[in-house]
Amino acid sequence: MKNEEKALSEREKILGRIREALTVSAPRPRSQGDLSVQASAEPSANHAREWLPLVGASVAEQFSLFAKNAADLKADFRLLASRDELKAALLKLRDAENWQRVASHGGELTDFTCKALGLPVTLTDRGYDIQEMEKCDAGITECDALIAQTGGVAVTSRSAGGRALSVLPPHHVVIARREQLVADLPAAFTMLQSKYSPDFPSMISFITGPSRTGDIERILVLGAHGPKKLTILCV
Amino acid sequence: MSTFVSDFKTRATEKAGDLRHRLVIRTALRSYEIIRDKRKAAFQSWESARQAAAETKWEAVNHLDKHLEALTAKLEARGTKVHWASNGEQAREIIAQILRDKKARCIIKSKAMTSEEIHLNHALEKEGFTVVESDLGEFIVQLRHEPPYHIVFPSMHLTRGEIKDLFQKELGDAPSDSPEELTMVARRVMRQKYITADVGFTGANFAIAETGMISITENEGNARLTAALPKTMITLMGIEKVLPRFSDLALFLPMLATAGAGQPMTCYNTMYSGPRQPGECDGPEEWHVVLLDNRRTELLADAEQRDALHCIRCGACLNVCPIFRNVGGHTYGTTYSGPVGSVITPHLRGLQEWKHLSNASSLCGACTEACPVKIDLHHHLLQNRRNASASEPAFFERLAYQIFGIVANEPLFWSLAKKIGWLTQPLQRALKGSALDPAKAWTKTRDLPPLPRESFKDWWKKRK
Repeated sequence: MKNEEKALSEREKILGRIREALTVSAPRPRSQGDLSVQASAEPSANHAREWLPLVGASVAEQFSLFAKNAADLKADFRLLASRDELKAALLKLRDAENWQRVASHGGELTDFTCKALGLPVTLTDRGYDIQEMEKCDAGITECDALIAQTGGVAVTSRSAGGRALSVLPPHHVVIARREQLVADLPAAFTMLQSKYSPDFPSMISFITGPSRTGDIERILVLGAHGPKKLTILCV
Repeated sequence: MSTFVSDFKTRATEKAGDLRHRLVIRTALRSYEIIRDKRKAAFQSWESARQAAAETKWEAVNHLDKHLEALTAKLEARGTKVHWASNGEQAREIIAQILRDKKARCIIKSKAMTSEEIHLNHALEKEGFTVVESDLGEFIVQLRHEPPYHIVFPSMHLTRGEIKDLFQKELGDAPSDSPEELTMVARRVMRQKYITADVGFTGANFAIAETGMISITENEGNARLTAALPKTMITLMGIEKVLPRFSDLALFLPMLATAGAGQPMTCYNTMYSGPRQPGECDGPEEWHVVLLDNRRTELLADAEQRDALHCIRCGACLNVCPIFRNVGGHTYGTTYSGPVGSVITPHLRGLQEWKHLSNASSLCGACTEACPVKIDLHHHLLQNRRNASASEPAFFERLAYQIFGIVANEPLFWSLAKKIGWLTQPLQRALKGSALDPAKAWTKTRDLPPLPRESFKDWWKKRK
């Protein structure tokens, strides 16, 4: 009880100092005479689309931008024409990397994938053994969106089998639908908000390429702690 | 002279003359500006984006109480425990108490400058907890028992050879000096730590008032794992991190990546809105968010410099600063180095003890130009100089300028001074830089050009 009272008073003290400080107003940021800069009275991050990198209007342009961005990030992206092609691509990956066991979660696309692979699967849906997942060769998940502007994918703890599945195994394979492509980041945020608000999954993650680090002489190394490989298969 | 000043001067002198250090930093930052500019150019309007980011941060910081209350209410509604800490000591005690309650032994951390600010590792280790830094750069500097060199690139000052030797000595595992193999050593060491640690600790890049979320930006996936596997999660964030809306991230995430490292997006940008929720298969059972003031409200009270709280800790101002590049990150002796560190440290730790940082600037303005949220950094350095000398005037400096004022205003004195100056020139050359030279701090490394026999005024008179 005493601790709670103390915590409450600390909160009031900090909020009190903030309110006291804000009685003096600070000047708004100005565009410093540069007329090409659009200054607006209203908070303007809503218009982010107008300033962020340009994205083509057609779906074909957006897919080619996604493919280019994904390649720059060293992610492997494939746009597949049918479920048969998806199956063929999966089997090729399985054999090339000699997968023995994969981890995944329940879902229409992932169920198809696991069946196609014909390997033992660690499913996360009803809880899982962490050591067992750590030994899996790949983590296979669905996603919420592919973002053309960045070449990244958005996953959540609800759509992609929890928090660890997309980062613990050494190879993250995303199975996506064509309709999941969105043009840019503002569209991705709007989509997430309309899909989930107010009951958001406890984790939403924008994954933009495989895990990486530049902490040694600023030289890029893939697979620092998360997956060394990211494959995005889109049907 | 306070020890902070003399330490700064000693280290700065040493580092500025250290060619190896200079080469390492130049190598590390060589490509930064090129790729950052390429990424900036990809924006339809980087300048408008900066303006929007500055306005959004202005709105957030100038209604901080409202946004913090909204954030807290949303977080608590989903089962997150929110703690408030006025200073570092309170924050350390809150965190230590959670660890004691959980009977924790090992805590795995992802990168958090706020934890450096409150010297958390030291305090926890003193209580017997094992603290493991999981970010590669932080792990390296932790093994070396030194603070991060740079707020974004903690081990930027080290070569692969030095890191290899370090791993060999501390871990007994360093197959070669290839960055790839060294990274894999850290990966192997860390894997089991995520799984066995009792508590995961993270910092925060942004907090969203509208939806009650904490957003964490990282490249390695270590924060993702830290927030996924241990049963308890603790997040420490400065109170200024809050943004009003979820959609604001659509602007701030790519801007942080571009300004900080010349990336279009950082690899993992993750928003957490609670501990494991019903129906979810993993994630911590408990999540504690600690909101840290630690004199941020004093900076908030300075309306002139309030925008320094807009900082998103991208490190862009450090990367472009000629002083930072010459004296290096450790010379500052502060948690936050470079231009933004020089601006905020006097507010966070005391103006008189840290006013020398305001002079660690050429006032070239490269920092202000690089800042993605348009903090007027170099003017704030000038304001800190003004405030420092107003509250504690430097007696001899003031006296020197008063005498100069009198001499320069009186033609007779001025012409006398010129003659004396010319006559005493050989003496100046003899004493230059020695203990007897009153201006030795300046003249030690600089030559005074010889004074001409004839002044311009005399020449002009003769010409007529």
